[in-house]
Amino acid sequence: MAKKAESTLLNMVLVLTIIAVVSAAALAMINNVTKGPIADAKKAKTEAAIKDVLPEFASLQTAKTMLDGDKDSTNCNMAYDAEGNLVGVAVESSTETGFSGHLGVMVGFDAEGNITGYSVLETQETPGLGSKAGEWFQKDGNVIGMNPGTNNMTVKKDGGDVDAITAATISSRAFCDAVNRAYKAFTNVKGGSDNE
Amino acid sequence: MSNMLSKIGTIAKNGLIKENPTFVLVLGMCPTLGVTTSAINGMGMGLATTFVLMMSNLVISCLKSVIPDKVRIPAFIVIIATFVTMLAMVMEAYVPSLFEALGLFIPLIVVNCIVLARAESFASKNNPLLSLFDGLFMGLGFTIALTLLGLVRELLGSGAAFGHKFIEGDAMLLFVLAPGGFIGLGLLSAIVNYFRNK
Repeated sequence: MAKKAESTLLNMVLVLTIIAVVSAAALAMINNVTKGPIADAKKAKTEAAIKDVLPEFASLQTAKTMLDGDKDSTNCNMAYDAEGNLVGVAVESSTETGFSGHLGVMVGFDAEGNITGYSVLETQETPGLGSKAGEWFQKDGNVIGMNPGTNNMTVKKDGGDVDAITAATISSRAFCDAVNRAYKAFTNVKGGSDNE
Repeated sequence: MSNMLSKIGTIAKNGLIKENPTFVLVLGMCPTLGVTTSAINGMGMGLATTFVLMMSNLVISCLKSVIPDKVRIPAFIVIIATFVTMLAMVMEAYVPSLFEALGLFIPLIVVNCIVLARAESFASKNNPLLSLFDGLFMGLGFTIALTLLGLVRELLGSGAAFGHKFIEGDAMLLFVLAPGGFIGLGLLSAIVNYFRNK
């Protein structure tokens, strides 16, 4: 077996530098290869969610709007039919009030602001409880078809119209918050398109 | 040659049973309890760790004579972190759903003590081939443990196995939550150790 390299200052600096440089080069290479597929996977996921929450549409346009007190703008995907009429808007909404913080929800509205569907994009809610949000509000919570402009989009415990998930009131409140924020974004972008 | 084979046999027995990283050495508990809410997650995490273990063991064993003693730990960590980051990027690109399910636990493989422990106690003393096999079998031991624990928690907690649900509604939710992880791990360790000591 070869003798171990001695721990002189030169040796240590040299070896660590070489290892770091080789690592960095290898990572840069892998990053180059995977950059494309990662972006594609993200895009495919967003597109699938948009199709999921909206009625059929012919073309999409992206609009951005800023909600009060937010640091980042909210993405809104405006869907048009073949004649160019607005059929719905899919809002990439999120809230930080979930049981484990961030909760991202894609909410679809038709042109009148009725909820046509939703899809949970990012969640860290408790498995088995808050994580049910993905299916719960499709049927038990009766969120589909509600209009946040006329319905009170809060859980029944708080005097609203939404049935909360059993044993996951905080996650349900967060979900309602995300939907209400989405509706605000929807009215913002819709008002904008009417003025054009 | 036969000497080599018997050595590999010993390594396999060590990794899978005698020194099983989860049930016997009780290393890497953070990902073990964190990700095993389902069998698939446990298996994904185990295989990801196996890949990192094999590659880092191989490279560290090749470089053991050029790495000066006093900087060996930083050198090991840089090598391990490189493979973990590569793995994270590849997983995000080609298996995004698994990557999302495992979340933060993928980058945390860097500080999984099994990986550094094998580098320090095996790869830096043995030849590259044996180190590669050590990484493989330690990783498989970890994978089997995590899959088993995930399967038990999924069965009891959501009435499903590998994502196939066979009871309606909820089961014992406790087993999907954190306390169930501890209870499941304790019971499995007890069973494994009972048979190991026989």
